Amino acid sequence: MSTPSDPEGIFVTDSALRELADDPSSRKRFFKMLGGAGAVSAATVLLAACGDDNKDSGSAAAGTNTSDGDNASDLKIVNYALTLEYLEAEFYKEVLDSGAIKDPKIGDLAKRIHEHEQEHVDTLKATATSLGGKPAAKPKTKFQDVIDKGPKHILETAATVENLGAAAYLGQAGNIKSKDILAAALSIHSVEARHAAALNELVGRGFGGKGGLEGSLPDGPFAKPMDMAAVLKAVKPFIAS
Amino acid sequence: MASSQPVAGELAAIKVHGTTREAFLLRATLAAGATYGALSATPYIARALAQDGGGDVDIVNYALTLEYLEATFYTMAVKQVSGLSVDEKKLARRLRDDEDAHVDALIATVKSLGGKPAAKPTFDFGKAFGDRATFLKTANTLEDTGVSAYNGAATSIQSVDVLAAAGGIVQIEARHAALIRLARDKTPAPMAFDKASEMETVLAAVKPFIKG
Repeated sequence: MSTPSDPEGIFVTDSALRELADDPSSRKRFFKMLGGAGAVSAATVLLAACGDDNKDSGSAAAGTNTSDGDNASDLKIVNYALTLEYLEAEFYKEVLDSGAIKDPKIGDLAKRIHEHEQEHVDTLKATATSLGGKPAAKPKTKFQDVIDKGPKHILETAATVENLGAAAYLGQAGNIKSKDILAAALSIHSVEARHAAALNELVGRGFGGKGGLEGSLPDGPFAKPMDMAAVLKAVKPFIAS
Repeated sequence: MASSQPVAGELAAIKVHGTTREAFLLRATLAAGATYGALSATPYIARALAQDGGGDVDIVNYALTLEYLEATFYTMAVKQVSGLSVDEKKLARRLRDDEDAHVDALIATVKSLGGKPAAKPTFDFGKAFGDRATFLKTANTLEDTGVSAYNGAATSIQSVDVLAAAGGIVQIEARHAALIRLARDKTPAPMAFDKASEMETVLAAVKPFIKG
């Protein structure tokens, strides 16, 4: 799966900057680009998780620097994130399949976000496996009511779900034991925030809409986290019992 | 986090301190050469690694420097850039206010850790305010770089409270980046996984804007 790079380049200075901009979103590239603190170990665990050919690094799974208890705790968080990503990916898939979005520009955005969510699903599944756990099963979802209400409601729901996702990742950052998993979660967290801001803007909660800036930047200068119970309660209407 | 888990913490420390964290602190120290001097780098790092909060001070000061940069950028932009739409002006003012709030929060965080907040550098944004397109493009660079900087530094943070604060800021930086990108008619989220950049990369990116 490839996402077009930013051909015009967002960077105005030198080639080091261009390198930042020209990052396609393939998973392999992701490992490479986890260049910050914990880069080596993050790449190691995720490569191992994805069954990459680098067997020499494959043995150093996330468990090597955490205890069993930490692993179990991280697994719970990874599976929680996976459940939310399943939900998001399925939502955009059904929306796209329904043909409810007529505006090509919004359709393109939905398609791109769907690709991102699917990549998050794939990575989190692999991460759960690398922790020696069983990835959470894909939940049975119910989005038909939302889709039936048309594009406006669809986009408002998308905005709500993305804001929840961002708050959910933020709520777990301090609970994650493994630096590798924290690095992965953070790199997803800010992408969910980008989705949320863009969708808020599209549905008029943004700075161009009558909702004022509060929509795109709903928490003021500091984003607020949500705990697991609150998030699961908020997404409950979308999960078929 | 690691410090609350003796066994995990010790094992994590080998990896984190042995490679990334030490390298991170070394660079932070060298960057702060005027304060500490190159010769004192090694004992300084040892001290920082030995103390909870010592390393966090460096990381928060690094973030503070980036926030000074952004806050100054938007403060000047609001006064100087012509040709922005009403909404874009509103956005620029909002981003200025957010970055100002980040600066204040990070100064308070450094103090709460017992450290000395980094001094505000002198900035030079060249022709960034000459027209709408250049301003937005530069803003795009700064916001995307900010996101990657926080994501890169966050895993070295020891204190759960500091991590929470950094997380609450990076999410807003990501939202800023998306909104600036939309204003430029660019995709708000170019990648499925945002970059995590090392300090070195980030400092190279912002160097053209720092005069001293």
